[in-house]
Amino acid sequence: MKRILMAGTAMVLSTGMAAAQDYAGVLDTYSDIAEAGYADSLIAAQNLQAAVNALVSEPSAQNLQAARAAWLAARVPYQQTEVFRFGNAIVDDWEGKVNAWPLDEGLIDYVDGGYGGPTDENELAALNVVANTSFTLSGETVDASEITPALLEETLHEADGVEANVATGYHAIEFLLWGQDLNGHGAGAGDRPYTDYVQGEDCTGGNCDRRGEYLVAATDLLVSDLEWMAAQWVEGGAARTALLEDESAGIVAMLTGMGSLSYGETAGERMRLGLMLNDPEEEHSCFADNTHNDHYLNGLGVQNVYRGEYVRIDGSLVSGPSLADLVTEADADLNAEMNLRLAETMFGLSRIVNAAEAGFAYDQMLERGNAGGEMLIMGGVNGFIAQTETIERIVAALELDAIEFEGSDSLDNPSAVFE
Amino acid sequence: MRYLPLAFLPICVAFAIPALIQAQSEVAPDWSHLGDPHLQIVPRSEAERARVAGVTAPPADFSQALAFEENGGGAGTVRARMNADAFSQPMANLAFEEELDFRVGNGLFRRLWVSPPASTIASDGLGPLFNARSCQRCHIKDGRGHPPEGPDDNAVSMLMRVTIPGGPLSEIEGYLATQPDPVYGGQLQDRSLAGHPSEFRMQIEYEEIEVPLSGGAVATLRQPTYTMADLGYGPLHPDVMFSPRVAPQMIGLGLLEAIPAQDILAGADPLDADGDGISGRPQVVWSVEFDQPMLGRFGHKAGMPTLRAQNAGAFSGDIGISSPLNPALWGDCTEAQAACRTAIHGDNPEQNGFEIDEIGLDLVTFYTAHLAVPARRDVDAPEVLRGREVFHATGCAGCHTPSFVTHRQEGDPATSFQLIWPYSDLLLHDMGDGLADHSPEGRATGREWRTAPLWGIGMTETVSGHTYFLHDGRARSLLEAVLWHGGEAQSARDAVVEMPPEDRAALIAFLESL
Repeated sequence: MKRILMAGTAMVLSTGMAAAQDYAGVLDTYSDIAEAGYADSLIAAQNLQAAVNALVSEPSAQNLQAARAAWLAARVPYQQTEVFRFGNAIVDDWEGKVNAWPLDEGLIDYVDGGYGGPTDENELAALNVVANTSFTLSGETVDASEITPALLEETLHEADGVEANVATGYHAIEFLLWGQDLNGHGAGAGDRPYTDYVQGEDCTGGNCDRRGEYLVAATDLLVSDLEWMAAQWVEGGAARTALLEDESAGIVAMLTGMGSLSYGETAGERMRLGLMLNDPEEEHSCFADNTHNDHYLNGLGVQNVYRGEYVRIDGSLVSGPSLADLVTEADADLNAEMNLRLAETMFGLSRIVNAAEAGFAYDQMLERGNAGGEMLIMGGVNGFIAQTETIERIVAALELDAIEFEGSDSLDNPSAVFE
Repeated sequence: MRYLPLAFLPICVAFAIPALIQAQSEVAPDWSHLGDPHLQIVPRSEAERARVAGVTAPPADFSQALAFEENGGGAGTVRARMNADAFSQPMANLAFEEELDFRVGNGLFRRLWVSPPASTIASDGLGPLFNARSCQRCHIKDGRGHPPEGPDDNAVSMLMRVTIPGGPLSEIEGYLATQPDPVYGGQLQDRSLAGHPSEFRMQIEYEEIEVPLSGGAVATLRQPTYTMADLGYGPLHPDVMFSPRVAPQMIGLGLLEAIPAQDILAGADPLDADGDGISGRPQVVWSVEFDQPMLGRFGHKAGMPTLRAQNAGAFSGDIGISSPLNPALWGDCTEAQAACRTAIHGDNPEQNGFEIDEIGLDLVTFYTAHLAVPARRDVDAPEVLRGREVFHATGCAGCHTPSFVTHRQEGDPATSFQLIWPYSDLLLHDMGDGLADHSPEGRATGREWRTAPLWGIGMTETVSGHTYFLHDGRARSLLEAVLWHGGEAQSARDAVVEMPPEDRAALIAFLESL
C-alpha cells in the first residue's frame, strides 16, 4: 500500500510547483486561523478572569465551580493554537509563559504532607509562596509581601533554572482552582474547597488573602500574555509578517508545526513517556483531569491547519485556501490519504475522550498493566505517528524538501550549510 | 614589558621542569589503531578528504566571515533563541520520528528519581547516595552548572571527584594508575536517602588575585579553596586527591562523538615536535562497551569514550541509578558503606534487573546526542571579525581548533558528514599549576585538561543567568577564564594581557558571538 502511494507521489512531482502561486492564500488562511484562535483564547481568558475575580471577592462553591468551568472552556481554543508553536519563532519563544508543565505545585501553595518538602532536587518545590512573604532564592532574599504579575513572571517562573518551577500560565491557575490530585491512579481530580479563598476565620489552608492575590495575578498575567500574542497575528502583526516574508518557508513552517506537535510533543513527550513511566503526574492537566481534552484539541489544531478551517468559540467558521487544496492539486490521492490519517487520529483521540468522560480518567489509563488504558493511549500515539509519515510525503510532493538548507557548498555564505 | 604579578611566577617555574623531563624520556605512542567502533562508518572517499581539508583550513582572509561559519552545529544548527531555552532544542535536521525519541529522552533527562520501593517502578532507584535527583538538576537548562553563589546556595550543579594513587595498571600506554577512595568511592555525594548519612558538604572560599592589564585596567581572579565539611563516613584517605567539576553544557555532544578519532589524533603533538610550546595529548581509555581502547572525548579530562558510557557513569555516580553499563545498584558506594550496599534498591525484573534499562539509557543518550548548537550571532560584525583574527594570531586556535567534519555514517543521519565548529581539539593540555587539580585521570596528568569546546559559550548568560567558566566555575567572565590559562597556553594568555585593550575587547566580542 505504502509503495503504491509513494509511486503515485513521484509521478506527479512535476506538477507540484504549479501550486506555488497559491502559497500566499494558504498562508493567509493559516494566519487568520491563528488570529482567531488567539483572539478566542483571549476572550475565554477574560471570561476566566471575571470568574476568578468573582470567586476571590465572593467565595462560594458555586463561584469556584464557575471558575473551573471557565478554565476548562479557556483550554478549548488555546490547545488548538499549540500547532502554531512549532515553526513560528515568536510563538515558540513565548509559550513557556502560558503553558509550561509539569510543575512542582509546592512552589505555589500548600501540598499534601506526603509530597516531599524541600528536596535536594528543587529547594523551591515546597517554597509555598502563598504562605511566605519572604524567601531565599540562590542565596538572595526575595520580598514577596505583594504577589504581583511581575513577581510571578520575573522572579518565580523557572526560578533557579528549574523548569518545574512553573509560577505562571494555565497550569498554575489550574492548581489554584483544583488543588492537588491525590488519587494517584484512582478515580477523581483535585478537590480544593472554595473555603481556601474565604477571608477571615473560615479560611482553610491558611493565607486565603495571598492565595486569592496569587490567583488574580496569574490570571491577569495570562490575559496580558494572550493580548500580546493575539496582536502579533492581526494584519501587519509581527507573526503574520514573519510568516509571509518567504512563502515557501512559510508553508514549511506550517508542515513542521503539524509534524512536530503530532510526533515529538504530543505522541512522545505527553503520551508515550507517561505510559512508559506509568506515572499519574505525567499527564498534561493533572489537577483538573482534563488531559484527554488537551490531546484531542492538539489533534484538532493539526487538522485545522491542514483543512484551513477553524470553528470559533462563537460557532462561526474561519476558512480559506488550505494545504489540503495545495496537496489535492499536486496529488489528489495523497490528500485523501492525509484526510484519512487525520480522521484516524481524531478517532483514536475521541476514544480517549469518551472513556475519560465516562469516568476512566487519563491518569487511570497510565497505570502499569492497565491494558485498556494502554490500548487507548497507543491508539492516539499511533494515529499521530501515521499522520506525520504522511506529512513527510506531503513535504516531498510539494517539493519543499530542500528549502531548509538554502545555500550550497559553492556559495561564499556564512549561513550556508555544508553538505 | 611584563605585567605578570608575583603570584604567577612560581607557577611558571613549576611547570617548566616536568615539561623538560617529559620531552627527554618519552617516545610518542602509536595510536593509529584507535577506531570509532561506536559509529557505523561509511569510509571517506579521496574527494571527500580533499573537500574536508579545504573547508577546515584556517581562514586566509580575515576581513569576512567564512562560508558555513554561522552554523556551528552544521545542518542541525538552530536559530539562537534569546531565552533560557536556547540550549534545549532538538537538532534542526532530526526526522519527526527521531524527535519523538528526543522528547521522550528529555522526559527521562528531567525525570525526578525517587527512593525505592515506589509505585512508579520505572522511576525508583535513587541513591542511596547521590548528588542530584535528575540529570537536568545539574545540567540546568542543558547549560553549564555553577559553583554555589554563597554559603546559603546549594552546590548541586558541581561535584567533587576523589581518587588516591595506585591501583591496577592498564595496558594503555601512559596510564596513570589511580583508584577510588577506599571508603568514599570515586566521588563525594552530598545527598542521601533518609537513614543514610550523606558524605560531605562542599565549602568554597575564594582568594582574590589581581592581574594588571595593558591600558591600565586590572582584572581580578578568584582562587578557590575547597573544604570537605561534615564528612559522614570518617576521614578520607590521607593521600586523597580532589577534582572539583562543574556540570558542562549539553549542546553538540553527538557531533563531538562523530568526529573521526584519527582526525583528532592528527592534531596531537605529544612531544611538541613543531616546537610551538603546545603538546596536545590524546586521552585513551578502555571501553567496557566495545572491549577495546578508545579515544576519550567526554568529561573535563576526556575520561569517557562515548556519550552512552558518560551517561551511564553519571547515572551511577551522580544519581545512584544502575544501568546495563554500570550495574551496581548502590552506585558509588564502597564495601565500607555496607548499609548503602544492602539497602533496598530500585531494580526489578521488568527492567532486566537495572534501575534504568537499556531502552531508557538509549533514549537519554539519544537526547544528549542531539541537542542543537545555536547559530552564531554577528559573524559579519567588524569587531567580531577583528576578534577572530586576534584569536588566530594569539594562538588560541592552536588548541581551540575551530572546525571538523564528522564521519559519514549510517544509523545517525543528523550527525553524519557535518561541518562543525566546536573550537576544541578534544586533546589534553597542560594548563599550568594555577588550574591544576593535581588529580590524574587515565592518561591525563594533574595539570592537564581537555580543551573545552567554545561553541555556544556566548549564550551562557542567556541560558544560565551566569557567566562562570572553567572546570570548577572559578572564572566569572570570559576574560577571567582566558587569564587563568597557564602551562601550554601561558604565552597566549600573556599576549592577551599585553595586547591593546581594543584587541582584547574584540577577542571577547568574538567569543561572545560563538
